[in-house]
Amino acid sequence: MRGGVSLRYGVLVLLAVMVLVPFAGIVLAALHPSGAQLDGLSIPDRWSWETFALAWERGNFTNLMRSSVLIAVFVVPLAVVMATLAGYGLAVLRVWGHRTLSFAFVMGLTLPIEVIVVALYFNLREVGLTDSYVGVILAEAALFMPFGVYWMQTHFSNVPEELIEAARIDGARDLVVLARVLLPISWPAVTTLSVLYFMWSWNQFMLVLVMMQDPDRRTAPSGLGLFVGQYTTDIPLLAAACLIVIAPIVVVYLVFQRSFVSGITQGAIKG
Amino acid sequence: MAREPSTAVSPPRAAPARGAETAGGPARPPRRLGRRARGWLYVLPALAVYLGFAIWPALNTLRLSLLTWDGILPPVWAGLSNYVKIFQDEALYEAILHSLALIVFFSVIPIGVGLLMTALLMGKVRRGMTFFRIVFFLPQVLPLVAVGITWRWLYSENGAVNQLLDAIGLASVTRAWLGDYGLALIALGLIGTWVMSGLCMMLFLAGAQKIDPSLYEAARLDGAGALRQFRHVTVPGVRREITVAGVITTIAALASFDLVFVTTNGGPAGQTNVPGLLVYRLAFNEGDIGGASALAVVLTVIVIAVVSAVRYFTRDEER
Repeated sequence: MRGGVSLRYGVLVLLAVMVLVPFAGIVLAALHPSGAQLDGLSIPDRWSWETFALAWERGNFTNLMRSSVLIAVFVVPLAVVMATLAGYGLAVLRVWGHRTLSFAFVMGLTLPIEVIVVALYFNLREVGLTDSYVGVILAEAALFMPFGVYWMQTHFSNVPEELIEAARIDGARDLVVLARVLLPISWPAVTTLSVLYFMWSWNQFMLVLVMMQDPDRRTAPSGLGLFVGQYTTDIPLLAAACLIVIAPIVVVYLVFQRSFVSGITQGAIKG
Repeated sequence: MAREPSTAVSPPRAAPARGAETAGGPARPPRRLGRRARGWLYVLPALAVYLGFAIWPALNTLRLSLLTWDGILPPVWAGLSNYVKIFQDEALYEAILHSLALIVFFSVIPIGVGLLMTALLMGKVRRGMTFFRIVFFLPQVLPLVAVGITWRWLYSENGAVNQLLDAIGLASVTRAWLGDYGLALIALGLIGTWVMSGLCMMLFLAGAQKIDPSLYEAARLDGAGALRQFRHVTVPGVRREITVAGVITTIAALASFDLVFVTTNGGPAGQTNVPGLLVYRLAFNEGDIGGASALAVVLTVIVIAVVSAVRYFTRDEER
């Protein structure tokens, strides 16, 4: 296994190329004029940036982006606050029945969205919460809750007991202990959870597809899922629309990539 | 990317996850009852939303699976007939078989590729390792709809896959891959491999951080080469992470929807139908809510069964 270094780099580069070629493919495709017939990966004769403008307009992206941002902006803080409070209650205050409750939340991790979404649509239709931001926001918060509660509970149960006891001896109330003692040392965990929630909210497809019939209230991915049906053959236009939807999440990933990584790896590893 | 320091893999903070099982342990002193009761106020908002918008609908889906209902007229009691239908209707049980086949591509192969990536990225810090790690994980953060649209084009008659095959002299095998009766499911599965491998790698890298370096030292003294060190030290060391990766990717395979919806929509001739797609179609296009619910319930049972099996077969006897 001498000379392994170049072999190692060779395989790494090959794998990286396999991951990146599809990206290169749609970037190149998007730079062709709308309606052009493409033959594999090809460099356009001239960069057609206007394809993006056209995709934005045809895809109704002003409304889609507004919905996506609106939903994420409410879901993320709402779900993070609820998960943090519940994690605190379960791990530190150790409420009556906390084992049963923890188990009930963790069970939710294995429920496929299909089994929730069918009845959820008809339940929310009865109370007028379909085609409603409120309905989607609460439903997403519920879907994300098992992971968030599990994550914050795990985090809090690793905080040294003495830290909490010391604050209590000083007479601090429960909420003060959480706000003044626990939260200041929990920002990494909270940031990770927020970034994950943002990603899941941004990428959520089936739920929005079912709940939002009104095209102006759909989110970017669900709008894209239907856009593809209308412009099946216009590859440059589809590629541009894809890039528009991908761009925000890629930017968030590159900025917060360490949070992403620690969230996904540590959150997933349970006892 | 500039934010990342050069120490390749960021060390995981003192493994908070391991504490999960001790959360209910007897180590902590008993507290006043008042606090344990007041604690409910903290749990209540999360619990209410979770019960109202996840558990209650799931139970309702179970109830709906026993009815014949089109979503408009009053429902009629159907007993177990919706379930019987799943095993009589070829399209329905084939969809279940397809989703089981997808486990190979979403779970088994990515775990293998993830282990390979881990082996290549581990050990002495070298230039560019952070770059590779970021790149390999990237597909995992993208919306699957966009991934699907991208691959639909790559796999098309004039796509990059055929371009490559042409270039290496395999023009005879080129085709519209997602439209091929026999190969569409495999082509679809390989998209899953592309998405999931980086996730597996990330989990394994985190696990490999916790392996005691002296184990490698001992193996080296015994004359074990890089390959045997990986097999006998690294792989057993990331066993937990392999289980977790198996569970997450298996759920993704069985419950897949987004990717299939935009790439093949079940075609050609139902060869890539999966339960998620049929649940959606039955409930929201064909007005067979009972049938859709029954299929969703069967899917849930399969997910729980397979996840339990994965955990059982990859369990660690020592722990």
